Amino acid sequence: MSEMTEKEMNTENSTEQSLTGREVLKMTGIKKQFGDLEVLKNINLCVRHGEVVSIIGPSGSGKSTLLRCATFLEKIDGGEIIYLDKKAATTSHSGKVFYTGKAEMKEIKQYFGLVFQQFNLFPHHSVLKNIMEAPVRVLKRDRAEVEKEARALLEKMGLADKADQYPCNLSGGQQQRVAIARALAMKPEVLFFDEPTSALDPELTIEVLKIIRQLAEEKMTMVIVTHEMSFAANVSNRVIFMDGGVIVEEGDPKEVFGNPSQERTKQFLKSYKE
Amino acid sequence: MTFGTMLTTMAEGMLKTILLFVLTLVGSLPLGMLVVFLKKSKFKPVAWLTDIYIAIMRGTPLMLQLLVWYFGPYYLFGMSIRGYKFPALLIGFIMNYAAYFAEIYRSGIDSMPVGQYEAAEILGYTKLQTFMRIILPQVIKRILPSVTNEVITLVKDTSLASALAYAEVFSLAKQISASQTSFLPFVIAGVFYFVANYVVAWIMNRIEKSMQYYK
Ligand SMILES: Nc1ncnc2c1ncn2[C@@H]1O[C@H](COP(=O)(O)OP(=O)(O)OP(=O)(O)O)[C@@H](O)[C@H]1O
Ligand SMILES: [Mg+2]
Repeated sequence: MSEMTEKEMNTENSTEQSLTGREVLKMTGIKKQFGDLEVLKNINLCVRHGEVVSIIGPSGSGKSTLLRCATFLEKIDGGEIIYLDKKAATTSHSGKVFYTGKAEMKEIKQYFGLVFQQFNLFPHHSVLKNIMEAPVRVLKRDRAEVEKEARALLEKMGLADKADQYPCNLSGGQQQRVAIARALAMKPEVLFFDEPTSALDPELTIEVLKIIRQLAEEKMTMVIVTHEMSFAANVSNRVIFMDGGVIVEEGDPKEVFGNPSQERTKQFLKSYKE
Repeated sequence: MTFGTMLTTMAEGMLKTILLFVLTLVGSLPLGMLVVFLKKSKFKPVAWLTDIYIAIMRGTPLMLQLLVWYFGPYYLFGMSIRGYKFPALLIGFIMNYAAYFAEIYRSGIDSMPVGQYEAAEILGYTKLQTFMRIILPQVIKRILPSVTNEVITLVKDTSLASALAYAEVFSLAKQISASQTSFLPFVIAGVFYFVANYVVAWIMNRIEKSMQYYK
């Protein structure tokens, strides 16, 4: 009975409601070090369905490393990673990290996509093939069906006429939009972006941010590492400020940007305004 | 001996040269890939042995290697080496060129940006899929100029088979020249190698062009 009232209360408040979405990713107590350098010190990150989380912070604070741990490009040294109730990585009492078996890992890997700063398109594949290969080869889906979806994605990215081009003939902004389409073609539950516009000129940045904003409006779950502060303020439901391998401050973008509670956050944001 | 008979006698040698050339490529191009995998093996003794093999192949003259492959079985194990000349030549050439190709492949593979592997991994490609579909096609494009150099060297290196008195075109040229006191066989052999390399260069150029659709 009390559960009912809780739910009812939540539906009244829209921001509360968005926070009760299903947990897509839950990272707890994440530790990562390179040699003696502790890059992540006990990080907790929970991402719910439909949420857009921005991660900001100075260079070297561990933002990329956090995304790389979440996407298994790096192995954690401690903590727990759970995707949709599936335990991908756990740490025993003795401090040993265990990753789940190959079969379950394969399934878990389909829950997320990653958009790189350097796009990392496959240069020897046409734009269309870049998008279609993984759904066909990895998910073993029907080629004709995948092609239809791939063309629809290109249309959405404003690149319908580029299907047969090769990445080297596209601008950086166009390449990044193809990379986003490639990631979306796998229908991930959550999409990670690691500084998706840092390699782009300002005018090309705009077209990529427009696409991400559109995805946010469609309630795509996203975690975005970015240096575009006004974009982060605008598009995200939650902002995380990282420094020195810890989450210093986290919350509503209005709060974090408008009225940060931590001195380090203030200083970091000030350095951006100058 | 007329020019005509000289040419027909030497044509047989040309065929043998071409056979040696083609079979060496057929054997060493794929074997080179295997050598790279052994060299990159996580089981260290295998990696070390492969390094030693490559060092020997590259550090000693091919002519000496051919002699060792041919006479080795006799001197080491007292085996009869009758009829073993062509197999010995093939083994010698393939083992030597596989080492050189392996080094070319390795440098090509190492030059691939790590982002290509990571993108493939995020998309869920298996290791084998990543290598066959993403890495290898790009590596081939990158290493083609070096492979062309090596193949052209091989055309000329086939003349080393004369060390075992194998009757390929270079051996024949020497023989006929001596018996006929004529310079002509050397000219014929020279023209043959030149034309052969011209064809090789033309074919390799076509392959390179066919991969120019992307950068
Ligand atoms: N593979 C690695 N080996 C050793 N050190 C590493 C490695 N990757 C990252 N580091 C170090 O870890 C720290 C955090 O790096 P990370 O790339 O996560 O920072 P970041 O917050 O993404 O910075 P930036 O804004 O510059 O991208 C840095 O000091 C970096 O030098
Ligand atoms: Mg980074």
